[in-house]
Amino acid sequence: MSEFPTTEPLLTVSGLTKRYGRRLACDRIDVSLDPGEVLAVVGESGSGKSTLLSLIAGEVAADAGCVSYRMRDGATRDLAALSEAERRALMRTDWGFVRQDATQGLRMAVSAGGNVGERLMGIGDRHYGRIRATALDWLARVEIAPDRVDDPPTRFSGGMRQRLQIARNLVTSPRLVLMDEPTSGLDVSVQARLLDMIRGLVAELGLAVIIVTHDLAVARLLSHRVLVMRGGRVIETGLTDQVLDDPQAAYTQLLVSSVLAA
Amino acid sequence: MYVAVKGGEAAIDNAHRLLAEARRGDPAVPDLTVAQIREQMRLLVDRVMTEGSLYDPDLAALALKQARGDVVEAVFLVRAYRTTLPRFGATEPVDTGAMTLSRRISATFKDLPGGQVLGPTFDYTHRLVDFSLGDGTLPAPAAEAEPAADAAACPRVTDLLGQAGLLEPSPEDLGAPVGDLTREPVDYPADRALRLQALARGDEGFILALGYSTQRGYGRTHPFVGEIRVGAVELDITPEELGFPVGLGAVDMTECQMINQFHGNGPVPPQFTRGYGLVFGQGERKAMAMALVDRSLRAAELGEAVVVPAQDQEFVLAHCDSLQATGFVEHMKLPHYVDFQAELDLVRRLRAEHAARAAEPEEPILREAAE
Amino acid sequence: MNAQATNPDITVSAGSGYNFAYLDEGTKRMIRRAILKAIAIPGYQVPFAAREMPMPYGWGTGGVQVTAAILGASDVLKVIDQGADDTTNAVSIRRFFTATAGIATTTRTAEASVIQTRHRIPEAPLSEGQVLVYQVPIPEPLRFLEPRETETRQLHALAEYGLMHVKLYEDIARHGHIATTYAYPVEVAGRYVMDPSPTPKFDNPKMDDCPALQLFGAGREKRIYAIPPYTRVRSLDFEDHPFRVQSFERPCALCGARAIYLDEVVLDDAGGRMFVCSDTDHCETRRADGHTGEAA
Repeated sequence: MSEFPTTEPLLTVSGLTKRYGRRLACDRIDVSLDPGEVLAVVGESGSGKSTLLSLIAGEVAADAGCVSYRMRDGATRDLAALSEAERRALMRTDWGFVRQDATQGLRMAVSAGGNVGERLMGIGDRHYGRIRATALDWLARVEIAPDRVDDPPTRFSGGMRQRLQIARNLVTSPRLVLMDEPTSGLDVSVQARLLDMIRGLVAELGLAVIIVTHDLAVARLLSHRVLVMRGGRVIETGLTDQVLDDPQAAYTQLLVSSVLAA
Repeated sequence: MYVAVKGGEAAIDNAHRLLAEARRGDPAVPDLTVAQIREQMRLLVDRVMTEGSLYDPDLAALALKQARGDVVEAVFLVRAYRTTLPRFGATEPVDTGAMTLSRRISATFKDLPGGQVLGPTFDYTHRLVDFSLGDGTLPAPAAEAEPAADAAACPRVTDLLGQAGLLEPSPEDLGAPVGDLTREPVDYPADRALRLQALARGDEGFILALGYSTQRGYGRTHPFVGEIRVGAVELDITPEELGFPVGLGAVDMTECQMINQFHGNGPVPPQFTRGYGLVFGQGERKAMAMALVDRSLRAAELGEAVVVPAQDQEFVLAHCDSLQATGFVEHMKLPHYVDFQAELDLVRRLRAEHAARAAEPEEPILREAAE
Repeated sequence: MNAQATNPDITVSAGSGYNFAYLDEGTKRMIRRAILKAIAIPGYQVPFAAREMPMPYGWGTGGVQVTAAILGASDVLKVIDQGADDTTNAVSIRRFFTATAGIATTTRTAEASVIQTRHRIPEAPLSEGQVLVYQVPIPEPLRFLEPRETETRQLHALAEYGLMHVKLYEDIARHGHIATTYAYPVEVAGRYVMDPSPTPKFDNPKMDDCPALQLFGAGREKRIYAIPPYTRVRSLDFEDHPFRVQSFERPCALCGARAIYLDEVVLDDAGGRMFVCSDTDHCETRRADGHTGEAA
């Protein structure tokens, strides 16, 4: 194909299909993601974009198709063939998952420090002082004051909870982070601050990200590439600026114009 | 000088003697006979048999006497006795369709083959205390019943609906051995047969409250009473050496079949689904509540979200048994000196640390006037 | 735990009308299988079909079933509750086995071949050939962090114990030290995290490298687990917040013993208190040997 040497993608999704009863939630989805690349999956609610994320994370079993991932040792593995122990180990070290609902992604009864430290303890760190120092460092990076380290997230605002989720996920230096509508439900000013922070961290850490959003502005701000979904199918995909400035598919044109009109 | 407490053994003996005396009550009042309890406290006896998982009215009546009328304690006595009984075999499944009916009602059809049989029920009585019961007069004789309805003329309502395909069929009997939760530890998820066992043995109050919670919106199942039937069913057993069933006698049972609206799910068409309840003797409240909870516990199987307690089998099965519950709640009466000592020590230490922190600011040290 | 238990001549105890040690031999065999499996996989909770016993759940039905399954006619049984032989439940269980098995009983730790206990490990070191049977209320160390059995079994299977350390982290963050004082979780043979039953953490070190066999029975929860003799048992902790046991400032007021676990005894309503050995046999043995404390 290409004459230029290409690196092998970090994540390859091929033919991923999920059916709920008669409804096709995801219909033969193909995606690939390079290291450090940010992909936005956009579409209206019910388009299958959140299901796609759950399928990639292995939280929902696919009816057909395959998700393969290049592990830290360089070997590309079919995620469905991993043992449960390997899958869980991957999820809590090399992957992150930032949820729309922070109560699903945090332990609400555990302090902020404990939330950030959990992954470290999960991979065997047994030094309290070191775990706490790392947690404090990460809280600072997501702009949570150090005197909040022992507070549980129940006492945090919506924006703080999302930042805490990000810290909790990034503490093990993952290479791939999945984000499901991380900014929805937040005030506009809080959203802007959070997006700015995500953009900074992604660039600084060279993270690969798949972000699901219904908000094209979020896609434009964060992503390199966009994938437009509707009714479980991929309608259009391409470089973000290209797709949003010059949409080819009629549905994408409608989506973009409705945003502009709004 | 302090001497460590001794004499636990004598104290226990004395407590047991006092219990025996309290059980008997005023000796001037005649002793209650087991037959009196069996005949006149029949619904209580039925409940003890159901939750005790043993059909023996005399034993249940005796257990109630020994337990001073405490149902959970009586169930405990029956269960502890049942544990020691040898198992000779399992009966054939009882045919409730062939039940000799003393009561049979349906809330889904006004008229149905065999009719509605009201039987002995509190349902239409006014709950006014009948002071004449105190003087021992015999009740007026009941009206003679018509000849018992032929079982074939009283088909189960669920069989009528099933013929039209409107109601999910009963799961097919594949002849596979049925699990026994008194002989095998429950492994979650538990199949429906084991869940029904647990519900039948479960505490009536707990099952009732759970069933009620589904009606109030904590997992609605849109139930209708398809049928409640009360009466005697024949028990048959097939001894291996004979190879054909032999009658053992009859037991009284109450069966409730709830039918529940269901909108279908993907490949499954819209239809009515079922919840099932079966208890010893006459126990309509328990059978109905059991049927409600049985249907709720099928949520996962029917593709419904499991969100409320009545749909969560680990929650229901782990907490419905009155003996397990009462044992663990009441074991709090046992001494916990050692653990409490450890906690006492910890709280003292935390308080000392708290006081030390509070004292840190440079303020004049206040001394208590009296120490 | 003597071979004579299989001798048919002695399987029925005189006069009780029940099989030797109450349980029928089929049930005992089932329990022994669970015990053998538990010994083979130290710290792993083996499901077993616990029977309904003639004492309530929560009062030691698991321990009683384990004891009944291993008891032989020549065994000498000691039963303690809170370290004492004469607390009501200890008396009740000892009597149960006297009545149903007709075996000898003792209060002396050194003389017992089987010791059933609730909440304590005797102070006197145990020896080879002895069996310590624990009564366990909640066998699952992860239960209060994760209520679902299906999930906790998965966590054990994958040795995923990070959550347990989150609990300890929270203690230190809040109090400056680990604030778990009893039922303090341990790691057995480098693999399974186990609940030692609600013994004070003071007793945890006694479980490590112990010459006696330690068996744990949970009747209501239907689980048996074990620590074989001379097995490594490590209390969970952090490198910079190592596990520490409670220490008492003063010795036993009766026998003067130090470095043992003490009960606090309220003497009057004016704040009068004294501290005495929780292990009554240990205290009596020391006093018989001439040791005295300040109140003796």
